[in-house]
Order: sequence, then structure tokens, then C-alpha cells
Amino acid sequence: MNMQIVMLLGQDGVTNGAVYALLALSIMLVFSVTRILLIPQGEFVAFAALTMAAMQSGRAVQLGWLVFALAVVATLMDAAKVWRSKGREPWPHGTLGLLAVAALALVLTKVLPLDRIGMFAQALLTIALVVPLGPLLYRVFFQAIAAAHSLVLLIVSIAVHVALVGTGLLMFGPEGGKTEPFSDAFFEIGPAMIASQTLWVIAATLALMGGLWVFFGKTLYGRALQATAVNRLGAELVGISPDLAGRASFTLAAAIGVLSGILIAPITTIYYDSGFIISLKGFVGAIIGGLTSFPVAALGALFIGQAEAFSTFWASSYKEVIVFTLLLPVLVWRSLAHTRVEDEE
Amino acid sequence: MIAKPLALSLLLGALAVVPAAAQVKIGVVTSSSGPIALVGIPQKNSVALLPKSAGGQSIEYIALDDASDPTATVTAFKKLISEEKVDAIIGPSGTPNAMGVINFAAESGTPMLAPVGSAAIILPMTEPKKWVFKTTQNDGLVADKLIEHMVKTGIKTVGFIGTADPYGDNWLKVFTEGATAKGIKVVTAERFQRQDTSLTAQGLKVTASRPDAVLIAAPGSSSVLPETTLFDQGYRGKIYQTHGAALPDFLKLGGKKVEGTILAASLMLVLDDIPDTNVSKKLAVDYVAAYEKAYGTKPATFGANVYDAGLMLQSVIPVALKTAKPGTPEFRAALRTALEGVKELAGTQGVYNLSPEDHSGFDQRGLELITVSGGQWKLLK
Repeated sequence: MNMQIVMLLGQDGVTNGAVYALLALSIMLVFSVTRILLIPQGEFVAFAALTMAAMQSGRAVQLGWLVFALAVVATLMDAAKVWRSKGREPWPHGTLGLLAVAALALVLTKVLPLDRIGMFAQALLTIALVVPLGPLLYRVFFQAIAAAHSLVLLIVSIAVHVALVGTGLLMFGPEGGKTEPFSDAFFEIGPAMIASQTLWVIAATLALMGGLWVFFGKTLYGRALQATAVNRLGAELVGISPDLAGRASFTLAAAIGVLSGILIAPITTIYYDSGFIISLKGFVGAIIGGLTSFPVAALGALFIGQAEAFSTFWASSYKEVIVFTLLLPVLVWRSLAHTRVEDEE
Repeated sequence: MIAKPLALSLLLGALAVVPAAAQVKIGVVTSSSGPIALVGIPQKNSVALLPKSAGGQSIEYIALDDASDPTATVTAFKKLISEEKVDAIIGPSGTPNAMGVINFAAESGTPMLAPVGSAAIILPMTEPKKWVFKTTQNDGLVADKLIEHMVKTGIKTVGFIGTADPYGDNWLKVFTEGATAKGIKVVTAERFQRQDTSLTAQGLKVTASRPDAVLIAAPGSSSVLPETTLFDQGYRGKIYQTHGAALPDFLKLGGKKVEGTILAASLMLVLDDIPDTNVSKKLAVDYVAAYEKAYGTKPATFGANVYDAGLMLQSVIPVALKTAKPGTPEFRAALRTALEGVKELAGTQGVYNLSPEDHSGFDQRGLELITVSGGQWKLLK
């Protein structure tokens, strides 16, 4: 084990850790606002990566149909709600917009020559396709039961995850996908080569974290979300719609997942069911942060990335065992450090 | 509300039921969803291409999906045996799935033709395993072919990267045994999971031990990432792959980085380079053409293994019909005896010569050394 190997493993750990950190943040964001543990978070990553890969290899992109179908269901649900209230409730905002975006994205994936429109356009189209999935999932599966016990929300969340993985196999097939790197450049720093894709991942992660910080600290919508996270009932009393907060947090989570997917797709082969294990590691990071502290969660996720890289080097057969065993001392420490009784609800 | 995506995913497991007028019933169990779906989907697709009649009797196929779950395989087998009263079963797709159902096949006296990789399902031969036949090349046979090439090109040390599943386990075992016997040393053995996002550490460990060549044992497209990682890390030694990499996606995902890879697999990958005198060529060409016509893609060899099982049954059904009627235990027993007597039967994957001791019956004729050149599979000359 020399300096060069340490540098390369460290680089690998930082790249993966950065992605885990992003996922940890979005899992925490959704949990604090809606009390939903977003198990399908990983599917946003996998679907984005596979959609991008399908575009580049010239295969038909099927995801648009799923998003469009969900948008239609969401619109019908809204219509049923308005009809049942006999016009007393106003037509809810947002769903029709999502339907329009989903329809547009679906049409674009069918008419454009997807493998020749350039990487930037492909990334934009991927975002337009996958991000609406976030608010649509919330509208169709969670909005009606938003006030239910968090155990119910968790079970529905797992069900949505299982259904999405199955649909993913149908849409993308069992084989993995991989995309072209943004650039092939390498930089030599000391004894190690740094791949430019690594720098992209780190830069994008930092930019996103900065963006989220500004969003939550400085903007009205961000503060509204934060208020909902701090106290749901209080936020509702001062006029913050819980539906809106739920949708906004799901949209953000989907956006972060999609960006992570686009970032890591050139580094690794992603399968239709890869998302779960990636988001599970993000979840471990979020647990280290106690599902409340964003900076601690980000550090925890980076730590997971490093632990993974080095434990793989020493004992590749036991990698997952080592990474998930590390969770135990953290849980013990947290339960000792926090004697306060967590009040459910 | 979750019904819609669920219904969509259930569609995948839908049964392919063929008209009920048939007289010989064959059950097919594949893993066309779940973790090893990449193996099971071409197998499920091949069911529609299987022979429709044999010895004047039509054949009905009843296909079930076990979702890669060994428990579901048992359920599917029990259903096929006790409810459908099938005469033989083709499947399942995975080695763990197959290991779990051997006793059920034997108890009911139903011959089972498993297209799985590991020789453990037929060796060592025991009383229950008499009912099990295997339509793939044994890993050991493929390993010998690769080791032979390594010896010829003067390779002394080999690094191993394999998946942490029965496929990788068995390959490490048979390869280490075979290589040690020929004086080749396996200097490092690294493992990974199919869904791993980074293999940097495994690659570094292998590169650091400076082997003359690296063998990657992984099924399907998971065989690509170890190789591209090694390439990116500057490793330029020979890289060997197993027949698990023998599918179109390997070339697509690997691109320039997998040039020069050497693997041993069935002739299906290099049909154009194979002389017409090879008895398997016409069968393989017809199968690939029929599959492409039906599904628009080239089949992976996993599908051809199921197809060969169908050909094998087609050849023994007329023999068994002489002694008993389909649907009876005597017919199933006759099928089993006839399968053991299969001689020089050409399949898409090679030539089968079965015996009471050897229930796989492949020899080196079913294997070709193949390399990647100019983004295409080419016969290694």
C-alpha cells in the first residue's frame, strides 16, 4: 500500500461519498418535511442514468410513458376531488403543468434523434423526463395519506420502490447502462491521476449544496419548507399548504437524484435495480446525521464513501458487511448522546 | 393506486400458455425478473421458438417465472409437477434455484433439464441427480480452454476478479484447480457485487500484484466494469473473460476498452467465422435468425441453452413414446433413460454425448476461443 494507492482510493471514496451525500441530503429533506422515508430515492438515480444511456445508445426511451401515465392518473385524482367537493374546492395548481411537461417530454423522446442531439440536450431531456416523477409519486401515492402514521408511509414507500424496480426492468431491460464521460481529461496531482469526471462530481455536489443552503435560508419557498419541517401544524396554521410542501420536497429530491444519476452514469454501469443500494448508503449517511443535521449527514456520507473504498481494497468479499457494520457503533453513540425521548408524531 | 405500475411489472411474469390440444407437456421455469433476469429473459423468450412437435405428438410448453427466488422455484416446480402433470421440466435459470429443486424432481420422477452454469447440479452423481440434466458447458471445460491458451502464450501469474455469487465462487474454484495443475499461479482473487458503482479498489489490488493476465468471471454486463476499470488504471496485460461475458452488451458497454479480450464461448458469437462443416452452425444461425425476427435483438447464449434443452427433448420423445404414453410416470422414466442415451446430438451450443455418468455431455467442440477486434467478436486464430 503506497501513496499512489492511498490517493486513488481516496479519490474513489470522495467521488462515491459525494453522491451518497447528495442522496443523504434529499432523503433527510423529504423525511423532515413529510415524515416519509423516501426508499424510491435510488430509482431517480437509476432511471436518470439508464434514460441517458438509452438515449446515447439509440434505444427507445420508454420512461416517458410511465411519467405520462402517472400524470394522467394524478389529473384524474384532482378532477375527482374537485367534482366530489361540488366546486367548493378550487382546481389544484401544479398537476396540469406536470401533465403538460410529461406530455411534452414524451413527444420529444419520440420525435428527436436522441443519439445525435448532444450530451447537454440529452441531460436536459433526462431532467424533464425524470424530475416530474417526484411530485407525481407524491400526488398519486402519498398526498391522500400524508397525515397517516409514519409506519404506514414507510410501507407505502417500500411498495412504491418495489413497483418502480419492477417497472424499471420492463422499461430498461436487465442489462446495465453506461454513458459517455463529460470529458476524457485526466489531471496529474502528485503521484495520482485525477479523472475529470471526479472533479465534475465534486463540483456539482458543492454547487448543489450551496444552492440548497441559499434556497432554504433566503427564499420564501425554502423557508416555507423549513417551517413545515420544524412544525407541520404550525406551518399549516400560518398558511403553508402541506400538499405544496410535500410536492416541493419530492421535486427537489427527484432533481437531486436525477443529477446524481447523470453524474455517476459515466463512471459506472448502472442497472435497473442499482438505485436501492446507492440510496441505502446515502441513508446510512443520513442516519449518522440523525435525520436532522445536514452537515453531519454530508460528512457521514463522505465517511461511508471512504470506508467503502478502503474496506474493498483490504477485503473485497466483505465490503458491504464492513460498511453496514460501521452503522452499529454510530447508532450506539447516537442513542447514548441523545437521551431525549423522541416523540412520535 | 399502486395497481398500475404493479400490474405493469406483473405483466413481465405473465405466463406464455400455448393451446391446450397438446399431448406432451413440458414445464419451463425461468428467472425472467429479479436479480438474474438478464439470464432469464432470453430464456423465457426462447420458449416460443422451441420445437412444436416430436414423434407425431404436439408439445405444449407451460412457462413460469420464479423472479430469481429459489423458494418461488420450488413452488413453480410443485405446481408444474402436481397440477400440470408435466412430462419434463426445462429450467430453472440459476444454480441456487436448481440446487433447491433437485429432490422434488427426483421424488416425482420428472426429468429436469437445467440451463445453469455450475456443474454442482450434476456432479458428483447421486440418486436424485440422476433426474437432472445440464445443457450448458461445465465451467471446468471452459476454464480448461482458457488455461490451455494461457499455457501456450507463456502466462505464469493470473489475477482473478469475480462476482461474489455462486458464479464467481465456482469459477474461482475450478480455475484455481486447473491453473495450479498447469503451473499457473493465481496471485490475487478479488470479489465484487453486480451493483457496485466502483471497482477502483479491486482493480488497484490486482494491478499492484502485477499478474501476466487477469481473468474476470462475472455473468452478463457486470463483466464490463472490472475490465474498463483495469484499462483506466493503466493495466495493459492480457484480459480473459468467461462465457458469462458472451453477449452483445459487453461490446456496447465496453467499447474501445475491451479490445483484445479473450474468452471461450460457444460458436454463436462468431457464426460468420465458423466453417459450414460445423454441425452446430446451421442450427445456431436458424435460432439467432428466429430470435431476432421475434424480438429484434440478438439472443444471449443463455437463451440458446434453453433452446438446446428443447432440441434434446425433441430427439428423445419419439424413443420414450415407444414404451409409454405421455402423462404417465413410465413415460417420464423412459424420457430419463432415453436422455442418458443421447449420442452425437447437434445443438446450437455444440454436440451432446450423454451417458449415465455425464449428464452434460459437452466436449471441446462446443467451445471456441474468441477475441474482441475492431468492436466485433472474432474467432481467435
